[in-house]
Amino acid sequence: MAGEMPFEQPLAELRAKIDELTRFSRERGIDFSEEIARLEERYARLEEEIYGNLTAPQKMQIARLAGRPTTLDYIQRIFTDFLELHGDRLFGDDLAIVGGIARLEGIPVTVVGHQKGKDTKENILRNFGMPHPEGFRKALRLMRQADKFGRPIVTFIDTPGAYPGNAAEERGQSEAIARNLLEMASFRVPIVCVVIGEGGSGGALALGVGNRVLMLENAIYSVISPNGAASILWKDASLADRAAETMRITAKDMLELGVVEEIIPEPKGGAHKDPAWQAERVKEAVLRHLRELMALSGDQLRKQRFDKFRQIGEFGFLDIEG
Amino acid sequence: MLKDFFQKKRKYATITSDKAKRDIPEGLMTKCPKCGAILVTKELEKNLKVCTGCDYHFRLSARERARFTLDEGRLFEYDAGMITLDPLSFPGYREKLEANVKKTGENEAVLTGEGTIGGHPVVFGAIGFDFFSGTLGSVVGEKIANAAEKALQKRYPLVLFSASGGARMQEGILSLMQMAKTSAVLKRLDDEGILYISVITDPTYGGVSASFAMLGDYVLAEPGAAFGFAGRIVIEQTIRQKLPDDFQTAEFNLKHGQIDRVVHRKEMRAVLTRILDVHAAGRGTAHGR
Repeated sequence: MAGEMPFEQPLAELRAKIDELTRFSRERGIDFSEEIARLEERYARLEEEIYGNLTAPQKMQIARLAGRPTTLDYIQRIFTDFLELHGDRLFGDDLAIVGGIARLEGIPVTVVGHQKGKDTKENILRNFGMPHPEGFRKALRLMRQADKFGRPIVTFIDTPGAYPGNAAEERGQSEAIARNLLEMASFRVPIVCVVIGEGGSGGALALGVGNRVLMLENAIYSVISPNGAASILWKDASLADRAAETMRITAKDMLELGVVEEIIPEPKGGAHKDPAWQAERVKEAVLRHLRELMALSGDQLRKQRFDKFRQIGEFGFLDIEG
Repeated sequence: MLKDFFQKKRKYATITSDKAKRDIPEGLMTKCPKCGAILVTKELEKNLKVCTGCDYHFRLSARERARFTLDEGRLFEYDAGMITLDPLSFPGYREKLEANVKKTGENEAVLTGEGTIGGHPVVFGAIGFDFFSGTLGSVVGEKIANAAEKALQKRYPLVLFSASGGARMQEGILSLMQMAKTSAVLKRLDDEGILYISVITDPTYGGVSASFAMLGDYVLAEPGAAFGFAGRIVIEQTIRQKLPDDFQTAEFNLKHGQIDRVVHRKEMRAVLTRILDVHAAGRGTAHGR
């Protein structure tokens, strides 16, 4: 159903008109089929126009939509035998990150991801998908176990960012993220990461050091939230849309900048319009990349991952070399 | 370039009368931003830019850091000609970069190279907060990765001084990825048993704090240095509470188990030398590598 977001308003209006005409035609027994067909055609065109040219701020709205499929949705649809495992063995169990063992078409894997809530109540429990250090440390514990037993790792990325709170600082938010980056670089098993919604800064990257990083068409990946960037750069958080355009946060941008390897298409309007179809696309892509990677040795996997991240960045040299 | 730095400071100096203003040559006095004491710049410099009144550690440029830390202040610089591009064509980035180059006389925020500390050869790096708030862009990430690889290749210890506002927003996702890049290289040092000492200075936040700054075998910090993942203001807005004055200081982080030691600037060379001595003595024995 169109109409969740402001830019879908014209579609919602047109749909209402079509529905009204259909009802009127049925009630009065008048044949409006020609008019209805014309309106349907216009609807299809408008849909193409709107969904085919989504701007970065619009994609950001889709990526953050409450009804968008979450990590657990994908886990339930894609994997079998999922057994959730809890705790970092140091402090607690952070529900903003879920993880466990599972099978993907029979292949044993470890799966980890950020978990947002579906409603306010669940979001409070999940802290809106914003992990504390214990969340990152739980993820690391599970990934280390995967490495030890030679299981591939699949991660789902969907977080506004690591939680900016005093308790998080006291328990070492920086160290927890940094440690994940360091350790993920060293694993000898395949790592496939999928940015399914919001890839928010260091909190996203802490699950993102993969051999392959895939990204849903309307997902975003950014170094700072566009709202944050706008308030720092222009002292005005209301310029978030402008920041979203300028910072380059879309899947297409990530592909061009060499940060992701593949864009996974979404149904018109976004993943939430057809979660089952979306899960199939995600499964197909993850499985394909995983099978390619499983042909490589542990050393090759490590080297490939290292090389991928080692070469990201753009710089130049002055003529005189120091 | 150093002169520019002092001239900038001079703007904040309180000099009482017009006559005094005329009598004191430019840059002669510096005001302590913490206690307000008016200090003789030359004396302050001799005291490693630590306020004689209140012990406040002035923020240092990368070059000052090298001068205060390395034997005879000598650094053989790496990647001096590496310069920042504008990969996202971000509005205003080039202008801002030019202003920072002009202000500091440096090409970028980080200075890397090699020198000796207490006679031990080390690969050294320091970020200056004076250049673009020490933010982590492609060049900062690349120079640190290169320096770490040099340490690996030469089997020299790596000593990095951090100071950073976090990510370089103008480089977007490329800035974020420097965290993964630098951490991946540090993992190689870790595997090869190469010593890495990280020294956190005021202030160190975000992408730098959450990557190489917290990955040292030893993590030291200067007194009073503010560091953490998220900034104080962001956290106060999130939790809707005022945070205590000492929140995120080096001492706070020490109390919470996040760092090994708080080290006064005047003790820094001695502490680094002691660690390097212990490691040098261990090398080549059954327990060392």
